[in-house]
Amino acid sequence: MNLTSPESLIFWTSLIFIVFFLLMRKLAWKPILGAVKSREDSINNALLSAENAKKDMQNLKADNEKLLAEARAERDIMIKEAREIKEKMISDAKSEAQMQGEKMIEQAKASIASEKNAAIADLKNQVGALSIEIAEKVLKGELANKEAQTKLVETMLGDAKLN
Amino acid sequence: MKIFGKVLNIVLLATLLLVSTKSIAGQGIEEAEKEFNATDLINSHIGDSHDFHIADWNGHPISVSLPVILWSENGLTIFGSSEFHHDDNGIHVVEKNGEKFVKYKEVVYYADKFENLSEDDKSAFNFSARPLNFSITKNVFSMLLSVIVLFLLFYSLARSYKKNNMAPKGLAGFLEPLVIFVRDDIAIPNIGEKKYAKFMPYLLTIFFFIWINNMFGLIPFFPFSSNLTGNIYFTFVLSFITFLITSFNANKDYWGHIFAPPVPKALYPIMIPVEIIGMFTKPFALMIRLFANITAGHIIILSLISLIYIFKTTWISPVSGAFVLFMSVLELLVAALQAYVFTLLSALFIGQAVAEHDHH
Repeated sequence: MNLTSPESLIFWTSLIFIVFFLLMRKLAWKPILGAVKSREDSINNALLSAENAKKDMQNLKADNEKLLAEARAERDIMIKEAREIKEKMISDAKSEAQMQGEKMIEQAKASIASEKNAAIADLKNQVGALSIEIAEKVLKGELANKEAQTKLVETMLGDAKLN
Repeated sequence: MKIFGKVLNIVLLATLLLVSTKSIAGQGIEEAEKEFNATDLINSHIGDSHDFHIADWNGHPISVSLPVILWSENGLTIFGSSEFHHDDNGIHVVEKNGEKFVKYKEVVYYADKFENLSEDDKSAFNFSARPLNFSITKNVFSMLLSVIVLFLLFYSLARSYKKNNMAPKGLAGFLEPLVIFVRDDIAIPNIGEKKYAKFMPYLLTIFFFIWINNMFGLIPFFPFSSNLTGNIYFTFVLSFITFLITSFNANKDYWGHIFAPPVPKALYPIMIPVEIIGMFTKPFALMIRLFANITAGHIIILSLISLIYIFKTTWISPVSGAFVLFMSVLELLVAALQAYVFTLLSALFIGQAVAEHDHH
């Protein structure tokens, strides 16, 4: 192996390496390592915040579901109440109507009865008057026929034996 | 004895399942020895050089001239490596700045002193016979190239964050996972969540620096192909920097373990030297590991290619081509793996030095 004068390569290697090292440290490695580090940090932060956002989303979703369930339960209660109110109203109306009907029937019955009584009384009066009139006319008729009357009185007197 | 050696050779080769090619190989090496020397070829390819050889054209090498920078007795001397006219045997003399230089096996010597050197004294460590050499060699050139490429890549990545704060796209989509890999799989597990940030720039720098140079070394043409990370001086500098960072950031516990280990005082004469040696063996292992792994990969690939010239037949080229392809893919893995291992172990050593120990 042809090893040239050792001082040549040792000198140049030391010089070039040290200058190269200093240059690279300042102009390459520091910016590169810094950029890589800051990007790693930003990626980690982004991942962390994404994770947090996911957690928040999950919480929100859970909240929403809870709210929804509550709303649903409330709706069910309201429907139930409404149904009850409806039924109550219907039954109330029914009983009211019944009562009203009965009252009306009662009143009708009472008025019918009083009408009937009045009619009967009226009929009685009319029948009385009519019978009086008839009797009057019969009597007038009977009395108008003098011969017959006298005959009758004679017959009756004839029959009337002075016993 | 010669017969015995041959028998042994055959047995060894048979165990390597190369029985069928053995006879051809034996002949090939002997015949080709004069004209083709695989060792020289491989050595020149894995080593460093003063000019960047691209190709040979009609027997003339084509290469890019790189600056030769010498600190000699007369001061600084700079000239193009083409001045040596591709000579690497100490023959062509270059006269510059009142001094004469020759190049021999990629080491520049003073021409006058070189003539009097014995073969053993011709070494890169013979500082009396040569000027101090700060040349931009092939390895330095490819290091500069890799540094520029890396800087452009990561500077544009850094700027892309100013425009785009969203998910990474384009270049950032490719580079950012690598940066995060270094942070999350190397730095944090080994150094700890609290202290890793301080060492991130260093770990990122060595990871990408080693990786890209490993890969550049695998690309077999200009301006890549140099075996920089397989050069022990290079790995020495990197592991030495890791050693310095480890030592300067070490806390009381770390030094306490070395100079006052938790053993009976009678064992201190043994334990303290062992602990001190341990301080150095860790970065030493880093240095050797990277150097050996990358150089071995290059040697294997070059050896496989050399087979064609050793056997002197094109019929072997599909075989060695297939093996080279396989090895290259494997080396691609090794390139990333060794960068990872170097960075991981650096992080581990730093982590050990800064760790808050429970006293046991």
